[in-house]
Amino acid sequence: MYRYDEFDRSFVNARVAQFSDQVERRLAGEITEDQFKPLRLMNGVYLQLHAYMLRIAVPYGTLNGRQMRKLAHVARTYDKGYGHFTTRQNIQFNWPALSDIPAILEELASVEMHAIQTSGNCIRNVTADHFAGAAADEVADPRPYAEILRQWSSVHPEFSYLPRKFKIAVTGAGRDRAAIQVHDIGLHLKKDADGRLGFAVYVGGGQGRTPMIAKKIRDFLPEEDLLSYTTAIVRVYNLHGRRDNKFKARIKILVHETGTEELTKQIEAEFAALRDGELKLPDKDIRAIETYFAPPPLTPRPEGDDAVRLARLDSKDFADWLGQNVTTHKHADYAAVTISLKAIGEAPGDATDQQMEAVAALAEQYGFDEIRVSHEQNLVLPHVARADLKAVYDRLVETGLATANSNLISDIIACPGLDYCALANARSIPVAQEISRRFASLERQREIGELKLKISGCINACGHHHVGHIGILGVEKKGSELYQITLGGSGDETSSIGEIVGRGFAPDAITDAVETVVETYLGLRNDPSERFIDAYRRVGPAPFKEALYGREARAA
Amino acid sequence: MKILTANRLHDGEAVWFGTNGHWNEALAGAAIAVDDETVTALKRIGAEAFENNQVVDVELIDVELADGQILPKRLRERIRAAGPTNRNDLGKQARPAISRAA
Ligand code: SF4
Repeated sequence: MYRYDEFDRSFVNARVAQFSDQVERRLAGEITEDQFKPLRLMNGVYLQLHAYMLRIAVPYGTLNGRQMRKLAHVARTYDKGYGHFTTRQNIQFNWPALSDIPAILEELASVEMHAIQTSGNCIRNVTADHFAGAAADEVADPRPYAEILRQWSSVHPEFSYLPRKFKIAVTGAGRDRAAIQVHDIGLHLKKDADGRLGFAVYVGGGQGRTPMIAKKIRDFLPEEDLLSYTTAIVRVYNLHGRRDNKFKARIKILVHETGTEELTKQIEAEFAALRDGELKLPDKDIRAIETYFAPPPLTPRPEGDDAVRLARLDSKDFADWLGQNVTTHKHADYAAVTISLKAIGEAPGDATDQQMEAVAALAEQYGFDEIRVSHEQNLVLPHVARADLKAVYDRLVETGLATANSNLISDIIACPGLDYCALANARSIPVAQEISRRFASLERQREIGELKLKISGCINACGHHHVGHIGILGVEKKGSELYQITLGGSGDETSSIGEIVGRGFAPDAITDAVETVVETYLGLRNDPSERFIDAYRRVGPAPFKEALYGREARAA
Repeated sequence: MKILTANRLHDGEAVWFGTNGHWNEALAGAAIAVDDETVTALKRIGAEAFENNQVVDVELIDVELADGQILPKRLRERIRAAGPTNRNDLGKQARPAISRAA
């Protein structure tokens, strides 16, 4: 994993000192709120309903045990004993005092973490496939490139005041687990016919008020051109992106209004001027960064097959968990483990300090000290010997982290919503909790099969509802909460934006409505292998509309 | 009917301006404005407290009286006054002495 060099260290320390001074001056009344607010936002500090909120970057979702322990320590010492992992692979603390934030940032800097560029109109934390470096279907680890982008974009003088925030995602596998087509820039790392590494480049995807699927503007960009090409894109956006209207300021609107062809032309022209300049990545630099992400020493552990076979016979719960939360690894003796932060009835993405400590200990003992945060708000141990799976599972059971629901209906993404968020129109967490309780039976969930349910408390769509197979959007109508259902969204390599199925549902009716949708699907699928999303794409919205509204529509 | 609310600068705690002339951590006991004159007075108090760096995000919110208790009209403000609805152990609701104080 990447280690700070002298430059990184002094840069982060300097920023901590600078922001600490700014906080001190604000508390002393020497600077006004109007002066301070943009400064605190650049350092990840928001003001929410109950308190300040601190968002800490987890670059491309990768962290080690020491860092996770530090997060647990922050939760315990400065917050209320828990943290919230987000769809941006970051973590948020909901209750820090402003006066404590300098101390928190200093603690984080001691483990090479910070909160820089987790807010504001800049290039945000670059996200990546949470199985990067482990996935069997991967061409190469995308994280070295995410790290190169992180270094290039950190306090980039030209790109610190963009028209709006800017999000980049990278995947190295054919199966897109990083939702790259709903990012401002999506990069798909692949090899050309000659075996050279490069990227398919997507631009202008996004969710929010105007959801759009990104357009592919390059089928193969050689790896050495990564920064020149990205610079060209962001430069064109910085010049022409709209600054007159916040709701039209993202690059997706520029792509839409300019047209993909014309915009690509502008980007290519800029790229032509840049490509042989100083941004060209020397091969030795890429390879040097790559060494930080070299796979751990995965020694052969062939005893895993027998161990797993026996343990499986011994415990049905373990067998269920194995089937749902364990993913094939590049190395046949190893596996990637998804640690569900979606225990039945709990707030999606929340973890207590004790759970964080437990995950850190497992990573250190069994996982080569590597942990990932997934954009689906779970944690991942990417490299666990199959021979150790049962031991890992037993420890997860002890801390309430062994829910075997990865990719099932209770593996819900939900934003903080009106329980915390100052921008929210409706609550998300209680809706997620109730749906999770309704579908608590694992047997029933497995019968339903893969189903991605995602909930946002307002149109900003932090809960990714647009790309949920079933999406739920909370709105405020006449002072009350109302929930709109969208169907058919997807955030993988076949991305699509869900369609609103009809009028919304009151809080006490939304779970029933979801159940109606699920039952309708079960009734019409060809066979159990036809997933919800595939069935929806085959039959369209009509049967679901009929089931949800038909009777009453006919009565009216 | 309106009351004045904000978040305290140094720790972000939600506070309401009370009849006791202080920014209180509980909504109960908030000073209620019922006409233009009292609304203007509250506004001025809010603006001054913001200028003095006591509080941020100052807002006048609509409330009604239910059984003699002040009840914000919007759910958002009811949640601010109590805490997250999914965690009774957090926020004001976890500190009954505070949330009931006049
Ligand atoms: S989607 Fe809306 S309510 Fe949810 S976290 Fe984002 S801004 Fe807040």
